[in-house]
Amino acid sequence: MIAIIDYGVGNLFSLKSSVAAVGMEACVTNDTRVISEADHIILPGVGAFGDAMHKLKEAGMDEVVKNEAFKGKPLLGICVGMQMLFDRDLEYGEHDGLGLIRGEVRYIGEVVPEELKIPEIGWNSLRILKPYSRLFRGIDNGAYVYFVHSYAAFDCGGSLSAVTDYGADLTAAVEDGNIYGTQFHPEKSGAIGLRILKNFCEIGVD
Amino acid sequence: MITKRIIPCLDVKDGRVVKGVNFKGLSDVSSPVELAGLYSDSGADELVFYDITASVEGRRLFTDILRQVAERIFIPLTVGGGINSIEDFDRVLKCGADKVSVNSGAIRDPELILKAAKKYGDQCVVISADVKRVDGGFRVFAKGGREDTGLEAIGWIRKCVGLGAGEVVLNSIDTDGVKRGFDLEMLEAVCDAVNVPVIASGGAGCIEDFVKLFKSIPKVDAGLAASIFHFGEVSIGELKERLKEENIPVRLI
Repeated sequence: MIAIIDYGVGNLFSLKSSVAAVGMEACVTNDTRVISEADHIILPGVGAFGDAMHKLKEAGMDEVVKNEAFKGKPLLGICVGMQMLFDRDLEYGEHDGLGLIRGEVRYIGEVVPEELKIPEIGWNSLRILKPYSRLFRGIDNGAYVYFVHSYAAFDCGGSLSAVTDYGADLTAAVEDGNIYGTQFHPEKSGAIGLRILKNFCEIGVD
Repeated sequence: MITKRIIPCLDVKDGRVVKGVNFKGLSDVSSPVELAGLYSDSGADELVFYDITASVEGRRLFTDILRQVAERIFIPLTVGGGINSIEDFDRVLKCGADKVSVNSGAIRDPELILKAAKKYGDQCVVISADVKRVDGGFRVFAKGGREDTGLEAIGWIRKCVGLGAGEVVLNSIDTDGVKRGFDLEMLEAVCDAVNVPVIASGGAGCIEDFVKLFKSIPKVDAGLAASIFHFGEVSIGELKERLKEENIPVRLI
């Protein structure tokens, strides 16, 4: 069973439907026991980082996510959920993240040329840096996925697994052991996105 | 590189697609779920659903349909029509919409944009404006283009973006339905005024109209159309192949 963490941010309907569409059972939950018993965890997120992190902590779910990740359970953070995996974030002040992956989250305006719009909204292609990644099994370099973001992870070191070109290379995906993150929305990225979700759900199963 | 988006638009009344759809290979041509599936499979980058129902029962049918579409189609969905309050935002977002487009509701109460953007984020709020030339200027119309609000369009759109709208759908009443191409002059004026994505609507009659749109105004992010896709006059696959030939970045599937 896949636990989709519900901490009161955003719309989880599509995510739940997309996990169901790849033949997996998903449960949208804020119950720490359900999260502990799940085989995989998906940490979604939209909106502002500070707000999302605050709500995750308030719901008492930051510790369970960290503990399960330390135990080796596959964890996938999506969009702001991915950004929360990092050490810290500089959106509207400085916030601590979960600290599961090294790096920090900053405004993309620092590197994106002025003529491009922020947020980046739309379909952009992936340059996969870890071709043997479980997440990208069956996914071609250059595949298009859907992004909506104004912030991205920087200084991710060896965990960087894919970038996207938005006037500059931006972090599109990271992975470190059992911990995965995508800046794009696999649940909104058509067949490619579904394949990525399926790949994640199958980690540790075969 | 980010691609230009092609967005089919479906008008839904009492749970059915209206505007006479004519498609081969669809068992039920007025089923929004089937049509959405067909568009998604043929490479649509996003779908827009407008609820043109007036009744409570029709609205309930619309949200049911939206839920069914969102269960089957995994590309972004924008919903508009009858959005007048935060409760309306909530209703469609819970059924699987990713973005909500406001038009008359924002004209009545511009604060709606601010409230929705604070609650759901800028990326969720789309301002849709029906604009027509009046006395040499661009004027905003309400009630599906029937009522002149007296608002100057560029100032209005800029205000909406300032309040938190993360995207603009510009529908030119002057070119809508004429099928002689998008309103390039009007689009350029809007693109110069705001720095959020602008979606062109109204006037597409053939593939070359999209080529002209993206070539003439590189700042336009997307082209939206209804009838040319519904009647099969233009297939999304062919359209994208043609755009690619012109070196316009598109997502091919």
